[in-house]
Amino acid sequence: MGKSRTGCYSLRHNNQNVSRMTDTKKTSEVPIQVGLFVTCLADLVRPKVAFAAVRLLEQAGCTVTVPRAQTCCGQPALNSGDQASTERIAQGVIRAFADFDYVVAPSGSCTGTLRHKYPELFRQDLKWATQARALADKTFELTRFLVEVMKIEQVKASYAGTCTYHDSCAGLREMNVHEQPRRLLQGVTGLTLTEMVDANVCCGFGGLFSVKYPDISVRMVSDKCANVASSGADTLLGGDLGCLLNIAGRLRREDSPVKVLHVAEVLAGMAEGPGIGEPESDS
Amino acid sequence: MSAAGANPTIPFQDRARRALQDQTLQQAMNKAQGGFVDKRREAMAQLPEFDDIRDAARDIKDHVLSNLDSYLELYEQKVQENGGQVHWARTTEEACQIITAICREAGAELVAKGKSMVSEEMGLTGALETAGLKVVETDLGEYIVQLAGETPSHIIAPAVHKTREQITELFHKHHAKLGYSERVTQREAIVNEARNVLREVFITADVGITGANFLVAETGANVIVTNEGNGDLTSCLPRVQIAVAGIERVIPSLDDLSTLLRVLARSATGQEITAYTTMYAGPRHKDDGEGPAEYHVVLLDNGRSAMLGGAYRPMLRCIRCGACMNHCPVYLAIGGHAYGWVYPGPMGSVLTPLLTSFEQAVDLPNACTLNGRCKAVCPVRIPLSDLLLEHRFEQHRRGLTSAVGRLLIRAWAWLARRPRLYHSVMVIPLWLMHRLGRKAGALRWLPLAGGWTGSRDFPVPAGQSFHAQWRATQKRR
Repeated sequence: MGKSRTGCYSLRHNNQNVSRMTDTKKTSEVPIQVGLFVTCLADLVRPKVAFAAVRLLEQAGCTVTVPRAQTCCGQPALNSGDQASTERIAQGVIRAFADFDYVVAPSGSCTGTLRHKYPELFRQDLKWATQARALADKTFELTRFLVEVMKIEQVKASYAGTCTYHDSCAGLREMNVHEQPRRLLQGVTGLTLTEMVDANVCCGFGGLFSVKYPDISVRMVSDKCANVASSGADTLLGGDLGCLLNIAGRLRREDSPVKVLHVAEVLAGMAEGPGIGEPESDS
Repeated sequence: MSAAGANPTIPFQDRARRALQDQTLQQAMNKAQGGFVDKRREAMAQLPEFDDIRDAARDIKDHVLSNLDSYLELYEQKVQENGGQVHWARTTEEACQIITAICREAGAELVAKGKSMVSEEMGLTGALETAGLKVVETDLGEYIVQLAGETPSHIIAPAVHKTREQITELFHKHHAKLGYSERVTQREAIVNEARNVLREVFITADVGITGANFLVAETGANVIVTNEGNGDLTSCLPRVQIAVAGIERVIPSLDDLSTLLRVLARSATGQEITAYTTMYAGPRHKDDGEGPAEYHVVLLDNGRSAMLGGAYRPMLRCIRCGACMNHCPVYLAIGGHAYGWVYPGPMGSVLTPLLTSFEQAVDLPNACTLNGRCKAVCPVRIPLSDLLLEHRFEQHRRGLTSAVGRLLIRAWAWLARRPRLYHSVMVIPLWLMHRLGRKAGALRWLPLAGGWTGSRDFPVPAGQSFHAQWRATQKRR
């Protein structure tokens, strides 16, 4: 197995056909090269979400590469106002993902940062502005990529349960993710989708906000949990692990029976096993 | 028990905590929650071109901000032609001095006051009272807040934090001596009692002070929009009329006014237009049967001109509709007083550090999840959440955030830029957290994360990172 300059794992990494950038048909002879932006939370807390993303992208006909030179999009530094640190992290991400047709992540929040914040950061930096723009233009949240770029209409998965979907803020408002996950979920055998009240209202995560302003954050997540409960769903789905860890953490504290999963896990048919924050089975 | 309005001497965290524990406040906020949001949504649904009008509204305000000096001069000239006077105030102190002097000159004793957030910014009522004048708020919400000895908690619904039961008691306490001995509990009876009490004020007041939603440069008119009509009685009946406004209220023409009015009420209350939209252009003329004898406009800068040349300039587009706070989950949780100054919610969190001081309002831009709902609903497309992030950059540059916090972030960022090291450093903590928590599935306590684990569990990480697992699968392939 060869490693490219950026330390990629994939054998099939191929960067000769730049014109494929605009080619959205999965039927093109050369498969679309997708760089998976794992996100730090999927990497550290719930790797299954990233494996699910890989499976979905491969099923859609993409060649998936996971650059090793990635950690985090830099939001903790960005949202703390540390511009210099964020810029340096961003430069690393821009370099690591320069060669792919598309960059996809199972997160609206991280892709929102790549797509909107990076170009903003470098708007006065001639050297980096173009590269940041190029990265931004090819960065997609997973479900939107599957539906709008790969034109996937049906996934091969089943799930026995009633699910409700939490629209994470960055996914909804920065990446226009709303219909796409719902459309894909409708194709999952056995799954019933029910909407909760205020599905589009923030869960109170906000990164470091949740630790810096715990009183307000807990109030917001408690409201969210109440809405989940009154929806009657037995499973909460979402597209961002930050929100899901927050909501799952509060549901566990409330001893709620609701299972929490990332939408990719369900769509990839990987929903078996404990949900987020649930104990491993003894077997 | 409610705090007596916004109190900047108490730290933000304490104000927020108190608000969250204040059952009456929570009850009032819960009731208000949703009403504004639903009404705005319905109003938008009936106007498919709403987003295009928002663009036009933004463009009008941007055009004004690029030509602010010319429009202000034109406006002043028109007011003078109409027989009125324009006064320029650099600071809130200057504004209060000017207005106090006008009242003294007029030999005034009683001042009727319409709803005006810029007058709150000036601390005008306090200044006039210190000068020996009696000031009565005539907007129902403002009147309630005044009786309670508080400040407004919302820019268009000043008493949104009050329950009806509280209002009943307030009226009973203050109106019994005026002969209203029965407690009024029904909405209509409450409004009628206030109307009767305030009627006396309208008739006897010497000076009427209102704000201005817009100042129209081509005609010299100040425009106020209300639903109670109190603004009109406050403006027309007293002998001296004073309008107070920030310098950014000016707009070029009546055409522009109609565009802005189309987004204002819809964004604020979901109305197509408010019950009253009135233009005032000067004092009573020779042949007029009625109207004020004197007409003054006091224009306040107080830091606004300094915002023109910088990153916060879009904030000067604000038309004070309140949609950002109506949609802000933080505002809806803690109410307006917790913000500590005149302007609450997202627009307040952007404005307060600029109009008071960065040092005084460090928490406000941070007490936000950057969920972007405010930005999404703003009728003049102010990127509010981006401006809050800009404030965080500013705080970082000025060293206003905690030194330890900055150091931790820098250390984390240093590590995050070294993927190899980062991935190997994470191995042991991940393994350890997994060992400790896998039976329960979630940890009830984590070092340095008490803010999280105080009321939430932390879902247990898998024992190995994705990158480690991925490498293993790739080797097997």
